[in-house]
Amino acid sequence: MAVVVILVLLAAGSVLFHLLSPWWWTPIASNWNYIDNTIVITFWITGIAFTAVVLFMAYCVLRFRYRPGRTAAYEPENKKLEGWLATSTTLGVAAMLAPGLFVWNQYITVPQDASEVEVIGAQWLWSFRLPGADGRLGTSETRDITPENTLGLNRNDAASLDDLIIEGGELHLPIGKPVKMLLRSVDVLHDFYVPEFRAKMDMVPGMVTYFWLTPTRTGTFEILCAELCGVGHPQMRGTVVVDTEEDYQAWLAEQQSFSQLSASSETSPAATVAAAAAQ
Amino acid sequence: MVDVRSGIGEALPPPEVEDVELYHPHSWWTRYVFSQDAKIIAIQYATTAIAIGMVALVLSWLMRLQLGFPGTFDFIDADAYYQFITMHGMIMVIYLLTALFLGGFGNYLIPLMVGARDMVFPYANMLSYWIYLLAVLVLVASFFAPGGPTGAGWTLYPPQAVLSGTPGGKDWGIILMLSSLIIFIIGFTMGGLNYVVTVLQGRARGMTLMRLPLTVWGIFTATVMALLAFPALFVACVMMLFDRLLGTSFFMPAIVEMGEQLQHGGGSPILFQHLFWFFGHPEVYIVALPAFGIVSDLISTHARKNIFGYRMMVWAIVIIGGLSFIVWAHHMYVSGMNPYFGFFFATTTLIIAVPTAIKVYNWVLTLWRGNIHLTLPMLFALGFIVTFVNGGLTGLFLGNVVVDVPLSDTMFVVAHFHMVMGVAPIMVIFGAIYHWYPKITGRMLNEALGQIHFWVTFIGAYLIFFPMHYVGLVGVPRRYYELGEMAFVQESVHTLNAFISVMALIVGAAQIVFLFNLVWSLRRGREAGGNPWRATTLEWQTPETPPPHGNWGKDLPVVYRWAYDYSVPGAPEDFIPQNQPTPSRVGHEAVS
Repeated sequence: MAVVVILVLLAAGSVLFHLLSPWWWTPIASNWNYIDNTIVITFWITGIAFTAVVLFMAYCVLRFRYRPGRTAAYEPENKKLEGWLATSTTLGVAAMLAPGLFVWNQYITVPQDASEVEVIGAQWLWSFRLPGADGRLGTSETRDITPENTLGLNRNDAASLDDLIIEGGELHLPIGKPVKMLLRSVDVLHDFYVPEFRAKMDMVPGMVTYFWLTPTRTGTFEILCAELCGVGHPQMRGTVVVDTEEDYQAWLAEQQSFSQLSASSETSPAATVAAAAAQ
Repeated sequence: MVDVRSGIGEALPPPEVEDVELYHPHSWWTRYVFSQDAKIIAIQYATTAIAIGMVALVLSWLMRLQLGFPGTFDFIDADAYYQFITMHGMIMVIYLLTALFLGGFGNYLIPLMVGARDMVFPYANMLSYWIYLLAVLVLVASFFAPGGPTGAGWTLYPPQAVLSGTPGGKDWGIILMLSSLIIFIIGFTMGGLNYVVTVLQGRARGMTLMRLPLTVWGIFTATVMALLAFPALFVACVMMLFDRLLGTSFFMPAIVEMGEQLQHGGGSPILFQHLFWFFGHPEVYIVALPAFGIVSDLISTHARKNIFGYRMMVWAIVIIGGLSFIVWAHHMYVSGMNPYFGFFFATTTLIIAVPTAIKVYNWVLTLWRGNIHLTLPMLFALGFIVTFVNGGLTGLFLGNVVVDVPLSDTMFVVAHFHMVMGVAPIMVIFGAIYHWYPKITGRMLNEALGQIHFWVTFIGAYLIFFPMHYVGLVGVPRRYYELGEMAFVQESVHTLNAFISVMALIVGAAQIVFLFNLVWSLRRGREAGGNPWRATTLEWQTPETPPPHGNWGKDLPVVYRWAYDYSVPGAPEDFIPQNQPTPSRVGHEAVS
């Protein structure tokens, strides 16, 4: 009997824990509420399946546990029942997979009008780059990284020179506008993770990865690294601020471009920059 | 309805080969140490695996102390913490679970269950164990090497695994880890070939493939998978060793480490992930399929009822084994691989849920209208079903590509895989040990100690890993030495973490009761007799218990029926051993 009681308590306790738990996702700040909805659907389907299996087991133990004189039934197979169970399971799985793939298609299809922001990970610091007046990010190479050019921008690419560079500071994003996050790492794997955005993606040295989102509420959110990147992994924090359009423009005006930063750097040969700018 | 039992009463085929003479040991050393007897090798494998598993248990205590009570224990710094989680994971997955299921249960049960005198290649089988032991010793050596063991996480992702920001990256840690894995795979291959060939070639007369107990089907399929999957890990380890020692760039692109340009260039970190998970996902089923097989036999025997849908169960094992080779990239949805892979791998991953669900249905339908003896093996089997269903269902979150995005790399993942491939298979291991210990030693394990062990382990483990999903749902990332201040994490999450840690200490301590029981019952346990569970399979029909070298005495067993003739209508007993010729007539006449 103890087994039956504990199995029932376990099923009921799990359901109650789920319903009463104060531990739930943090309020969303992006357009990915579809993801939240898919999780809720999945919770329902899996929760029903789990409760049903455990309660059925409890019933079997209660009803069919050993008593002197009892004999088990002899039934090697039951094609009808097996077919019915396989079919209903397939339907349940399809009910979760279909919305999942539908939303995944949205997740990987970046809107045409999305602006680009680059995030660069290094042990254990976040940096950012925004396109300048030309609206384009210039090219970059890990090989070109020097103490003066820590993000490895191409000095010979005119599009690079007006790029705005934020090293170790806050990233600001305007509310309501789709943005494509281009992700790059100069050393090991990192992962750009803002819990409120729901989206995340690894940053891999040697390649550029991406995801996109539309911020849906203003506020200040933490950036965490979600891919183990060495002993400093938990300390690799950053801040992203979602602004109204006016606040965003004001912030943008304060940022320094690559050529400004290069000019102010003592060791940088100003002639190179000027020559590049002239091209 | 009874065609799974077809062939009963048919004329037996003549033996295809003569009974072979075994190697007979002449000294204590060749009998008990450098033994070629699969049963001794099994015990050696199991003892070594459990011993190194205890190290992993202590490591889990240490990491939970840090997570539950951050800052309290000075000796756990960030380096040590990452070393603990890495070694805990690697030991549990490879050196405990894989070694114990295949090297331990595989060696003990395959020859006995198929009716063979021993493995087909006893000498290679012996070498397999000693090479495994060497792999374990190399692994243990890394604890004492300069810089300590690697702290790269059990996935060992480059580039960080071989760089200085990771403990052991530029010291001995990663070198010893990769070497140990390479040695393990060499040793496993010798054992694995043995298990496969013995199942295919060493079966007794009348033991058709469709009469094999599901335990053998599970171990057999898992071994075939392991022989195909481990080579991917093997090459990944060799290549990473080259990257680390010879300066090659298989997995190393151009890198600036702490402001310094490295000499590497052109390699692909994601290539390693593909190789690792091409092994790593089948590995989940290399652990799970033996557990599936064993638990089927435990449930059937202790519910005194044939396993429901035997043929469906066999096909489900084979299909799961096959599908598990085309789902690996579901570990890499946010790795930066081509996002269109997501459609394919999410679909294959969710398809695998169907044969898996069928197995669960068949287990609980075996209980239905059974005659359930709540013995310790049955309790652990019930515990397995609960934890496996729970952990399997959360797999539907993580396998469904877009749902994985917010949950990936959070504590939800940790909770999921511990429930499904930690707790659930270990429940089966315990159930199996309580079940077969009487055959191995001739004595029963102590029931009272077993009850304490079961309840604390089952309820405790559930209380550890069920709430942990919600820590992940909040958004807490995994592999964080300390959470520090996070605006989105409520204070109560820290309380929950402390609770989980306390439960982990208690569950760990309960394993001491189990170890004590294993030793105490060797001498003091109740005499078991040859077939204490009144089971049908061949290992319970040996002339002597424990079975001696050669297993069967003078004559090999002959098999007349499938492994699940429990509670056959009209039979005098509620079980008919596989080697009993005519179904019920003999017994019937005796009764009437």
